[in-house]
Amino acid sequence: MLHDRDRIFTNLYGLQSPGLDAARMRGNWDGTKFLLEQGRDWIIDEMKKSGLRGRGGAGFPTGMKWSFMPKQSDGRPHYLVVNADESEPGTCKDREIMRHDPHLLVEGCLIASFAMGAHAAYIYIRGEYIAERDALQRAVDEAYEAKLIGKDNVHGYPFDLYVHHGAGAYICGEETALLESLEGKKGMPRLKPPFPANMGLYGCPTTVNNVESIAVAGTILRRGAAWFASFGRPNNVGTKLYGISGHVNTPCVVEDAMSIPFKELIEKHGGGIRGGWDNLLAIIPGGASCPVIPAEQCMDLIMDFDGTRAVKSSFGTAGVLVMDKSTDIVRAIARISYFFKHESCGQCTPCREGTGWMWRVLNRMAEGRAQKREIDALLDVTTRIEGHTICALGDAAAWPVQGLIRHFRPEIERRIDQYAANPHSEPVLQAAE
Amino acid sequence: MAKIIVDGKEIDVPAEFTLLQACEEAGAEIPRFCYHERLSIAGNCRMCLVEVKGGPPKPVASCAMGVRDLRPGPNGEPPVVFTRSPMVKRAREGVMEFLLINHPLDCPICDQGGECDLQDQAMAYGVDTSRYAENKRAVEDKYIGPLVKTSMNRCIHCTRCIRFTTEVAGVPDLGAIGRGEDMEITTYLEHAMRSELQGNVIDLCPVGALTSKPYAFQARPWELTKTESIDVMDGLGSAIRVDARGREVMRILPRTNDAVNEEWISDKTRFIWDGLRRQRLDRPYLRENGKLRPASWNEAFAAIAMKVKAAKPERIGAIVGDLASVEDSFALKLLMEKLGSANIDGRGDGTALDPKGGRASYLFNATIAGIDDADAILIVGSNPRIEGSVLNARIRKRWRSGPVSIGLIGEAVDLTYPYEYLGAGPATLTDLVNGDHSFTKVLAEAKRPLIILGQGALTRADGAAVQALAAKLALAVGAVKDGWNGFSVLHTAASRVGSLELGLVPGEGGLDARAMAGADALDVLFLLGADEAEVAPGAFVVYQGTHGDNGAHRADVILPGAAYTEKSGTYVNTEGRVQLANRAAFPPGDAREDWAILRALSDVIGQRLPFDSLSQLRQTLYATYPEFADIDSVLVGDPAGLAAVAAAGGAVSEAAFVSAVNDFYLTNPIARASTVMAECSALALGVVRQAAE
Repeated sequence: MLHDRDRIFTNLYGLQSPGLDAARMRGNWDGTKFLLEQGRDWIIDEMKKSGLRGRGGAGFPTGMKWSFMPKQSDGRPHYLVVNADESEPGTCKDREIMRHDPHLLVEGCLIASFAMGAHAAYIYIRGEYIAERDALQRAVDEAYEAKLIGKDNVHGYPFDLYVHHGAGAYICGEETALLESLEGKKGMPRLKPPFPANMGLYGCPTTVNNVESIAVAGTILRRGAAWFASFGRPNNVGTKLYGISGHVNTPCVVEDAMSIPFKELIEKHGGGIRGGWDNLLAIIPGGASCPVIPAEQCMDLIMDFDGTRAVKSSFGTAGVLVMDKSTDIVRAIARISYFFKHESCGQCTPCREGTGWMWRVLNRMAEGRAQKREIDALLDVTTRIEGHTICALGDAAAWPVQGLIRHFRPEIERRIDQYAANPHSEPVLQAAE
Repeated sequence: MAKIIVDGKEIDVPAEFTLLQACEEAGAEIPRFCYHERLSIAGNCRMCLVEVKGGPPKPVASCAMGVRDLRPGPNGEPPVVFTRSPMVKRAREGVMEFLLINHPLDCPICDQGGECDLQDQAMAYGVDTSRYAENKRAVEDKYIGPLVKTSMNRCIHCTRCIRFTTEVAGVPDLGAIGRGEDMEITTYLEHAMRSELQGNVIDLCPVGALTSKPYAFQARPWELTKTESIDVMDGLGSAIRVDARGREVMRILPRTNDAVNEEWISDKTRFIWDGLRRQRLDRPYLRENGKLRPASWNEAFAAIAMKVKAAKPERIGAIVGDLASVEDSFALKLLMEKLGSANIDGRGDGTALDPKGGRASYLFNATIAGIDDADAILIVGSNPRIEGSVLNARIRKRWRSGPVSIGLIGEAVDLTYPYEYLGAGPATLTDLVNGDHSFTKVLAEAKRPLIILGQGALTRADGAAVQALAAKLALAVGAVKDGWNGFSVLHTAASRVGSLELGLVPGEGGLDARAMAGADALDVLFLLGADEAEVAPGAFVVYQGTHGDNGAHRADVILPGAAYTEKSGTYVNTEGRVQLANRAAFPPGDAREDWAILRALSDVIGQRLPFDSLSQLRQTLYATYPEFADIDSVLVGDPAGLAAVAAAGGAVSEAAFVSAVNDFYLTNPIARASTVMAECSALALGVVRQAAE
């Protein structure tokens, strides 16, 4: 378990003020100028050495991403865009950062922008996050006032930070759709290549990072890459915010080391499964788009990228959804399916048509009003969506359904049998013999 | 150039090619819905997926992936692409199935049936059954104007129509609202689209979601006889295909001609065909006691012969209208020569252009395709959006493709691209010539300046002086040089350049069109489809034309002729391109081809024309004017002649330039007979209030 001294987000629960003075007491903005003086290459190198992988779900090494930005500007400005459009069901870690530790993010923005030669950064914040936007804006204003950022700041690197409020579309969490939305267009993912590092915001080199990836940068540089890399297993290092929700006794967002066993995570922070471990049905390890993991595979599950991958799921944002045996798993996945159907942007054919198809079939299956052959058909449909679309929303919509069929096919079949045996919502009265 | 292996075949393609282009180059067929050569790439239909070896284990959208973005093999081998592998086949079947789950099975009542991309590709790449058992999506049909009918259940969201209207037509009218499967194409508030090119979305729509409203339920594509022809609605001579069933023209579609219209046509060109059926003159008429009565050809000819024989040659005249073909004009010219009259004019609108100035003085010398190369454009006295809609789209395309300065002298109208408004009248042009205006510098610094001179500047009393000023400016800023002649006249009439080539201007002592129409000018006046002239009472007017329009109302004898779809005729477009229009149908009733009427009439008058067939006529024509024999060639003007035009000078008035076309939809007799055009005109003028239901 992570020591308190090793926590990055020391005000995660808002026990202290999120304001600048309190943040400084916690060590934010400490020696930032010194860090910048080490130069761009040092920062990127240090980030690479730290082994930090993107915290937004895909887990792309952050240092490497920063290094993709052109070293020399070709006349176009560079931009950093922070993806604070945290819309994945089950994920709420960035919210806590922006509420209670916003200065970590603001400082991270400055450092990251400096590392890639950007003089302006945008934080695209989710439409539903009203209070968080206010908190973040307050922090940005404080930083401007204290001349920590701005045209003429104490760090000697002109830098502007803008908080942009989205309109509440899940798809705008996809990096290129986010850029489109930021440009004032309809949030629809762009074709890649060209990648944002070449042609991003307003056609200029841009890096899009998750809030957590940026917010940890300052502390990593202050305490050293080796310190950060000392947590977790190789390739899955560092500390991480876990969001534990669902049928646990104490749902929470908590910072802990990567590669913590699932059991330990739930016991220590989640207060255990409601009704004990025997009552566990399944978990979704990293937000709604990750395939479910049934209870028997959860017992030895290591919570990191490789651990979840070993059970054919993914780490995602580490927003763990715990479901006990009172859960109607088919309905749960059907609801998730509805979410993706609702949030599909409608650009690519497979996703636009397929998400609705999956949802409708699952809805019937939740009732049992289906044929058993439709299970295989449904599985086939998911494979025709997955990998056939511009962005990953198609994949994200397909995976939960694949996970359901992989692990809970007997449950679906049981319902179909049950419905076929008595396809009435109320028992039919029969004459007594 | 980059090497790439497509289905085992190694080819060399430019590195900037997309995979789709490279695959086509290699002879592989790639199905597609959203991709269109002339629109931006959307990459959303996912039908063009191909497999790339060594890439991620998923298919790649070939329309969006560049050849240069592919990584070579480990030892530098060219990238390998498969278009018929099992992965590709499966991907295509999957996309096809997705497209069809919400597509209605109404092909039997769909106007797109028989020429539907979805139908064709479902046959070629789809599977025979659907596994989708749910209800299909229902989408409300939208009102987007009187020309385009919507059937939104059929929409497959390829967004070609949106991309066309925003990119090519330059109007923000069409867009998509909603997201996911609830996305709908609409004009937002359900008003009519406000573009002269909107009909092109019908061709672009790969399914039957956008179809032609006037053509709705009229015919099936396989019943139609397709004739390749040339449009005469404006001076561009767009390439068209006329589809006829029996005697009736059922619809008009564009053909691809990159030099002129790419593959767009204006709405007037496309929807004019109902005008070919209405108000037609299908028999000769004779005015008796102030009223027109049906007559036989012999009666009509006899009446004309009597008047012609009684008149002195200098009291006989002829005006050639805007839709006349070169052959018809030539026959009339010969007839007038035989009658000994110098009174002939092919410039019914009174434009100041004259063959004396040389060919370069009246052609669009830069050529239409040359607009793509121009780096500064000055528009004088023209509204190209309505005078040559497709040409305007070309200017817009130029503007989209890179920096270009565009200046306008004339009416400040919405041209769909931004321009610098320089002034309203000739005074500004004078300033430019004198170098008192900053735009002179812009033109002078440009490598290929283009000066577009519209008829609005030339049909005025001071037209010749304005033309001289424009020529002077062109010479001064270096718009006329080796390999580039930027002095370009935009014509509004299909017949004009042909007429000028034939020399249809008053001879020695002859009267021009305006004078011929004046009071007591002539005894006998021939109007060859000339409806614009207001002929004063007195003269005996012979109107030879197709529609009961202005000319016919004034006529004493009406000779029914053939419209442009009913005869084979040569037309020369504004850039001097000689093109041949073909017959798609026959003229109605007793109507005949115009050259034949003139030939028959000449016999009665006693001045027999020296040809008995169209081919004999053409032989005679080509003997005198060999340039007409070279179909599809572009006549080139000698720029040296422009110096004389520029030197002519003359005083200009202060009056502002006004476009020669005031109502785009009603510029000629055929358009004025069309109810579709009338509706569009009323809509454009705001006469009709439309309900946003």
